[in-house]
Amino acid sequence: MKRSLIILIATLATASLLAACGGGSSSSQTSDKQTAKGPITIWYSNNPNEVKWGKQVVATWNAAHPNEKVTAQEIPAGSSSEEVIGAAITAGNTADLIYNTSPVGVPQFQKQGGLVDLSTFPDGTKYIESRTGPAAAQYASADGDYYQLPWKSNPVMVFYNKAIMRKAGIDPNNPPLATYDEFLATARTIVKSKAAKYAIYPSPSSEFYQSWFDFYPLYAAESGGKQLVENGASTFADKDGTTVAELWRTIYAEKLAGNEPYTGDAFLDGTAGMALAGPWAIASYGKMDWGVAPVPTSAGMTPKETYTFADSKNIGMYSSCKNQGTAWAFLKFSTSPKEDGALLQTTGQMPLRVDLTKAYPAYFAKNPAYSMFAEQASRTVEVPNVSNPVEVWQTFRDAWTGAVIFGKGDITSALKDAAAAIDKLVSQK
Amino acid sequence: MPAETAHRRAPGSRRTVAATPAPGGQRRSRLEFALGRHPAGLLLAAPYALFVAAVFVYPIGLGVWMSFHDSFFTAPGVSVPQPFVGLDNYKAVLANPAIRASFVHVAEFLVINVPLTLVFSLLLATALNSVVHWRGFMRVSYYVPYVTASVATITVWMFMFNSSGIVNQILGPLAPDPAWLVNRFWAMPSIALYVTWKQLGFFILLFLAALQNVPKELHEAAAMDGASRWQGYRAVTLPAVRPATTLVVLLAIITGANLFTEPYLLTGGGGPNGASTTPVFLLYQQGIQQGKPAIASAIGVLLVIGVLIITYASRKLTERE
Repeated sequence: MKRSLIILIATLATASLLAACGGGSSSSQTSDKQTAKGPITIWYSNNPNEVKWGKQVVATWNAAHPNEKVTAQEIPAGSSSEEVIGAAITAGNTADLIYNTSPVGVPQFQKQGGLVDLSTFPDGTKYIESRTGPAAAQYASADGDYYQLPWKSNPVMVFYNKAIMRKAGIDPNNPPLATYDEFLATARTIVKSKAAKYAIYPSPSSEFYQSWFDFYPLYAAESGGKQLVENGASTFADKDGTTVAELWRTIYAEKLAGNEPYTGDAFLDGTAGMALAGPWAIASYGKMDWGVAPVPTSAGMTPKETYTFADSKNIGMYSSCKNQGTAWAFLKFSTSPKEDGALLQTTGQMPLRVDLTKAYPAYFAKNPAYSMFAEQASRTVEVPNVSNPVEVWQTFRDAWTGAVIFGKGDITSALKDAAAAIDKLVSQK
Repeated sequence: MPAETAHRRAPGSRRTVAATPAPGGQRRSRLEFALGRHPAGLLLAAPYALFVAAVFVYPIGLGVWMSFHDSFFTAPGVSVPQPFVGLDNYKAVLANPAIRASFVHVAEFLVINVPLTLVFSLLLATALNSVVHWRGFMRVSYYVPYVTASVATITVWMFMFNSSGIVNQILGPLAPDPAWLVNRFWAMPSIALYVTWKQLGFFILLFLAALQNVPKELHEAAAMDGASRWQGYRAVTLPAVRPATTLVVLLAIITGANLFTEPYLLTGGGGPNGASTTPVFLLYQQGIQQGKPAIASAIGVLLVIGVLIITYASRKLTERE
């Protein structure tokens, strides 16, 4: 027993010492790396349409650049792309470019030393800002540099099932959804008429990102385009945030939305008459006769004034990339007007490009349903680029779940408490 | 070997050697202490010991080291200062009400799950040990949930326990509102019930193996002495399966303390409103999602210490004569 104990303690001490000896020496980016050319790897999402676009763009590039071959694959499976990328950064086996970099993960990846500062390329900042315009500023990091290329957005809007609206006796081509009163009246009619069990069914679960699809789009609209955190302080514990929270509390209290985790897509299978989603979801709706409207505001705004959540996915160049010259060239190639047009055509998602509707008039003439998303894309709000982003959103979500979904306590104090906690988190380095 | 030496060494070689040290005896004693009486055994055990060191001891050591430092996962070659912070991470963990609550939740889970597991697995194993017909079918039936993927069975339970599920339909007006898995009071008991059902097959097998080793002669002797079936069960069966009972309790505590999948999937990420979070769930949230591995390590170390204390106490309790 005594010997076993000595061996155990000695082994643990050795293990701790070995652990303490881990780590490596520092390295800095060199300009040699930035001009190096050769084969690179990329990851893109597993959305079938994006895979189709990715294969096409890689094939076109490889045909013209036999010595700078691009190898592409879908991002490895995981509970979220942020977790997969974070783990891959630590292991040093990320792809050179990842076309599924969520803005919420960028501050963390940057802190890990996992991202290449794109602003250090001679034409880096100029390329990003000329392609995306003033909206690019939302994606700059605290040091003012770009560690992500703003690529495409999925402006969140209200989808509605026209068949359910019709069944509920509501005009399917123009359902009243502009103001909170109209939205609530429509929701009540859907449920009361039994056209659908619920009016809307955003996921009520506690994952940090779920607030992007209930609170945040409506807050962006109600506040006229405010982010959750601006200038190092929370914004949402104000009149606008409280108004949005009270709307959702009413929705849950009247059982117009479900408060249980749902297995499946409640909108797709007709359990809910409406959904908050971006154009990426359209591919999954199949033959459903759907319509789309801007997210509601308390007093009602014209669609041309209404903001929403961008739900962007961007491109990151990762520090494991050795041939950064090729990676930067491919990055620009894959976000050129031609390839952005192919992305729009293939996926229906909106390239983060200035004057989108003017850039691709033929597409929007042929697909008028997507014009609203294109119009909306110019008035979107992204998640704030702040310290501890995931913990910030988790803190908000925890407060939201208690006060709004389950109606516990007072909304104003819940939001204020969450704001105070978030202010502390964003002030940490 | 001289007869005198052999006579002296027979009852206990170590004590005899110490009493009359031969030349070099102290060195041999130290060598024996270090390498054991059969050094070749070390060689044979070395491959597995190395495996355990690589996948278990080193990670534990790293975890303990991280819990005392401002650790952070970085890309290879990136140097970030990771200073020693003493007990700061532990203080942060203990000051966090959500983390403290998660320890309470898992205690609540263990209080429900461990007794249920023990009682039902022993009862069902006893029943299975007595049945004559369909024995194989029944054993497989109880074992199937254990080998079925949690994701699949959890989906079935979500259907059963949601507001319009079969359980609420049977209960009618007695059904809780909000429904089980989103009810602050019922969420953790529901998870405990699910885990009991899911793992019961494995524990039944442990008890079944122990029951089949109870000599029939003991039961016959008890019967001849006039013991009723219940008295026979108490006086013969229960003491005979005590080692299995200890094992079942230990395993139930250890697996229960590591609860993660069920709150993650069954209650949508520790809901409702954090009522079913567990230390391992928050460890994942802090370490993997939120990039705070030092805090996660401190949670892990505290959990290990807690589990060691509880398992030690339970061993003392279940092994008591």
